[in-house]
Order: sequence, then C-alpha cells, then structure tokens
Amino acid sequence: MTKLVYFAWVRERIGKGEEDLELAPSIVTVGDLLAHLKQRGDEYEAAFEYPEVIRVAIDQEHVEHDAPIQGAREIALFPPMTGG
Amino acid sequence: MGSVKPLVRIQGEDFDTASEIARLTENRRGIGAVVTFSGLCRDEAGTLAALEIEHYPGMAEAEITRIADEALARWSLDGLTVIHRYGFIKPGENIVLVVAASAHRQAAFEAASFLMDYLKNAAPFWKKQHLVGRDGENSWVEAKATDKEALRRWQKKTK
Repeated sequence: MTKLVYFAWVRERIGKGEEDLELAPSIVTVGDLLAHLKQRGDEYEAAFEYPEVIRVAIDQEHVEHDAPIQGAREIALFPPMTGG
Repeated sequence: MGSVKPLVRIQGEDFDTASEIARLTENRRGIGAVVTFSGLCRDEAGTLAALEIEHYPGMAEAEITRIADEALARWSLDGLTVIHRYGFIKPGENIVLVVAASAHRQAAFEAASFLMDYLKNAAPFWKKQHLVGRDGENSWVEAKATDKEALRRWQKKTK
C-alpha cells in the first residue's frame, strides 16, 4: 500500500486529505500515477484536469513527473506552492 | 561556518522579531550585521478577512531546513532563523520571518533574499483568501510567475 496525501485545492476537489492505495506494477512514474488517478472518478478528474500543473513530493522531497514511484511510502500531490 | 545550524520553526502562533534577533546575537561578538525579513498578511483591496495558510507537516520543516542549509553553504553566516506560520492570519499580522546574522552586511542581505525566493517556490504552504462577508467565495492564491523568475538570479551566480 502507498499513502497518498493531498493539499489545498487538490484535497478539496478530491474531498479527502489522504488515502491508501494499492498501485499496480504498471504504474511506474509519477506521470503514470497522475494519469491513473485522473480516471478514478469525477472528483479526481476535477483535481487532475491539468496534470502538468500538479507538484509532487515522494517521502517529503520534491520530484519531477518522470520520477519512479517504486518504494515510495508517501506520495503528496498538490498545487504550486504559495508560502512566504 | 559548517558548524552553524539553522533554527527553523513552523507554528500557528505569532513570533516576536526583536527576541528572535536577540536569540541570534546574544553573547556573540563577531556579528556585525543582522538582516531581518518579515512577511505580513496584506489586504490591498480592503476585502480580505483572513488568509488561511495550509502546510504539509513534516515536509514544511524539512524543505525550509534544506533551503537554509543551502544558504549556510553559500554565505558565511553566524546564525540563521526562519519562522513560518500556518492557520488563520488577519491583515497586518505576521506570516514569515527570516533573520540572517553575519560578520558583514552583504552575506546577511543576500542570504535572507535567497531564502525568501526559494521558500516561496519550494516550501509546501498554500494560501487561501477568506473575504469579508462572503462565505463560500474563498479562493486559493495562485502562484506567481515573478516568484519563479526570482530564482534565476541565484542560479546564474557563482556555483
């Protein structure tokens, strides 16, 4: 199982802050994961309509969309950050 | 300066800038410059009730510590403090504080500026605007392209 966590409008559109998912071995990269999530229902479609804007962290470190997800314990998906 | 450790705090409550400066400078005689940056919640249009700041617990501390360590590696600093608040923050209240202490001003100015530019782009915080008397019309603040451009000057410089 992999823990997925969502923040800001990604969290609001999906309707939950986190969930555990069993990811098929065919989901190799972050990009594969975004494409997979997008087809899980209307709320996911709304959250990941423009997957290219989604920022991703694996085990609390930023990664690009071509990063492999194998071995990840926690994958966070969120909009561009607006701190400071 | 490899021995200097940054002080990074992520907290809901407010902070006191003067006591954070004192924490870095007390009983230290080699510090000739302290630069502080305070980021406040602003309301230009007079319509903002509060900003709600969401963060990624754990990663927020880790990411700011990574950025602070990078600043310590690039500039000769005697102390570095970064505090970022989360939760509901009203116009005029503090959001973020950076305190950089060094023997000379140049390093302190540049490190504080570098820290804010990187923090804005990479620290996992998100701001939501709550408007006066308009429940349900709250909106997430969008990331600015100018914030991303601000990183370039640090990438062009000395590696």
